[in-house]
Amino acid sequence: MNTVVCIKQVPDTETKVKVHPQRPALDPEGVKWVISPYDELAIEAALRMKEKMGGTVTVVSMGPQRVEETLRTALAMGADSAVHIKEDLDVDAITVARILAKAIQGLPRDLVLVGKQAIDDDSGQVGPALGEFLGVPSVGIATKLEVAADKKSAKVSRQIEGAEENLEIPLPAVLSVQKGLNGIHEPRYPTLPNIMKAKSKPLKAQALKDLGLKPEETAPRTQVAEMALPPPRKAGKLIEYETPQEAAQKLLTLLREEAKLLQI
Amino acid sequence: MIDFRLTPEQEELVNLARKFAQNEMRPKAAQYDREEKFPRDLLEKAHGLGLLNLRIPPDYGGLGLGCFDECLVVEEFGAACAGMTTTFMSTSLALRPILVGGSEEQKRRWLPGFVERPLIAAFALTEPDSGSDAAGLGCTLRREGDDYLINGTKRFCTNGSQADLITLFATLDRTKRDKAICAIVVEKKKTKGLAVAKDEDKMGIRCSATSELVFEDARVPAANLLGREGEGFKNAMKTLDNTRPWIAAMGVGVTRAAIDHSLDYAMQRRQFGRPLIDFQATQFKLAQMAMEMEAARMMTWKSAWMIDHDLRASKESSIAKAFASDTAMRATTEAVQIHGGYGYIKEYPVEKLMRDAKILQIYEGANEIQRMVIARELMRSRGG
Ligand SMILES: Cc1cc2nc3c(=O)[nH]c(=O)nc-3n(C[C@H](O)[C@H](O)[C@H](O)COP(=O)(O)OP(=O)(O)OC[C@H]3O[C@@H](n4cnc5c(N)ncnc54)[C@H](O)[C@@H]3O)c2cc1C
Repeated sequence: MNTVVCIKQVPDTETKVKVHPQRPALDPEGVKWVISPYDELAIEAALRMKEKMGGTVTVVSMGPQRVEETLRTALAMGADSAVHIKEDLDVDAITVARILAKAIQGLPRDLVLVGKQAIDDDSGQVGPALGEFLGVPSVGIATKLEVAADKKSAKVSRQIEGAEENLEIPLPAVLSVQKGLNGIHEPRYPTLPNIMKAKSKPLKAQALKDLGLKPEETAPRTQVAEMALPPPRKAGKLIEYETPQEAAQKLLTLLREEAKLLQI
Repeated sequence: MIDFRLTPEQEELVNLARKFAQNEMRPKAAQYDREEKFPRDLLEKAHGLGLLNLRIPPDYGGLGLGCFDECLVVEEFGAACAGMTTTFMSTSLALRPILVGGSEEQKRRWLPGFVERPLIAAFALTEPDSGSDAAGLGCTLRREGDDYLINGTKRFCTNGSQADLITLFATLDRTKRDKAICAIVVEKKKTKGLAVAKDEDKMGIRCSATSELVFEDARVPAANLLGREGEGFKNAMKTLDNTRPWIAAMGVGVTRAAIDHSLDYAMQRRQFGRPLIDFQATQFKLAQMAMEMEAARMMTWKSAWMIDHDLRASKESSIAKAFASDTAMRATTEAVQIHGGYGYIKEYPVEKLMRDAKILQIYEGANEIQRMVIARELMRSRGG
């Protein structure tokens, strides 16, 4: 079972994010970078499949030099090789998918896994778009995956509103991973011996031109016009009252007239 | 010539140790402290990740990392719980005499097991009548055929009650002091005549086991002697020279935790209509803690680096140990002060930090003894 996992480096959820002073983008200054949590679960899923069925796990990521750390972490978790598309581009999800598809095309793969969304921009589009560009089926937000012994097909489940959808798909395919896929809620820690081994695993750096992509193919389709932090929350309102009835009455009035949460 | 950057592997090592310390150790620190619960579960987990016994050489199945690498890990552990850290690291301390004085055969016999399984070891030097004056120890060993018979009491032996293996220091003749001391490996399960008298009820690092061991005609094969008779004291001193940097690293970790908690608290607690952090008196306390932590870390790194380069580091490792542990004590005391009354309450983590910090000034050679070593090295530089 050969699996390719696309991973994205994102700011740690505990990082206090700031908007870049000059551009409508995140200010990378002082940010601690981690693998996006759903992507980590995708790596874990791929590793478990490898443990069960043999084969390889290849991780792919695009971004500046610092992304190499993220790829090394994935190698330390147990991936066999890594591809680093070393470009620092602020582009939309579709363009990212187009680039990733090019990088993935030559890799051994029965399956491509991505996290269901990256926790920084939450766009969730890379998985489906990858399916398009690779010309293979894609299933979003998968919660169960069972690959047939001949690796030619897989049974996949996904949670939909009030029900579970069960699909059977031919492989290769693209799957986006939901937390809890096959019971996976936590990725493994890389063990120290594996961290040491990771440094001798193959990590290939590629530029867009190595992928045979022309500049117009990677031109952004969308542009971020503005980026702002959510406005600070306003102080709460304290209700003063003599009796509980009065407090309830005042609260009702406020909910109706100020918050407009109640129509009754 | 000087480079303060960590290698990518060291960055990964720190990341892993930090993740483990913050996600696994820290959430359990208060409970294990309260219940004096020995952290065997965490020790097994840490072992499974390869975070323990880092310095066992590749010839015996280990990673063969350096003192510096170990210090990086210990700082992370120390920032989570000094009691668990002491437990984990005491095995490393107890294995060092085997690396220092053991034969090839002995290393092959004992070390690989510690890589393969989460075994526990203890270092037994201190006795009721012999603490700082380790050369005055009185536990005896006497040759009888192919064995030694051991008699005496060992006190304050970290991991003693939990250990699979004990590196013991005992004397052939107490009047000959350091010249007659021997280092010998005691395999606990195989040894009759060895009893655990008690585990101490302590001020801090309460999840660690600090045991009293009683030897009564305990029979240990002569093949377990490390080096020759009379080489034990030198072995103990070499061992401690080599392990002091990680006590310092633990001090840096404890200090870091004190700063983290204090900063959080000072930014959130308001008095006189302002957060405490707005008062310069609070800011200066935090700045002082940060200055001392930075200095302590640099001393720790330097002494560890010297050890990794086979340079004589008695003075530097004593400087690091004494300074970093004094720093941890000062910083945790200030942390309690910044928290005011809440700092004195067990619900807040700085109370434990202050209790834990104290031991760092006492064990592995009290800080007075470290200062004696430093002064002796100073005098030596003038031919004294
Ligand atoms: C929790 C804990 C864990 C421990 N773990 C271990 C372990 O795993 N293995 C082990 O072998 N030991 C261990 N110890 C023992 C520890 O190393 C000793 O307690 C320490 O070396 C001090 O010895 P002591 O307690 O006998 O104090 P003493 O030697 O009696 O010292 C008392 C005081 O007098 C001072 N003093 C002594 N001599 C001088 C001098 N010449 N000049 C100036 N001041 C002096 C000391 O600095 C100290 O302040 C542990 C102790 C504790 C409490």
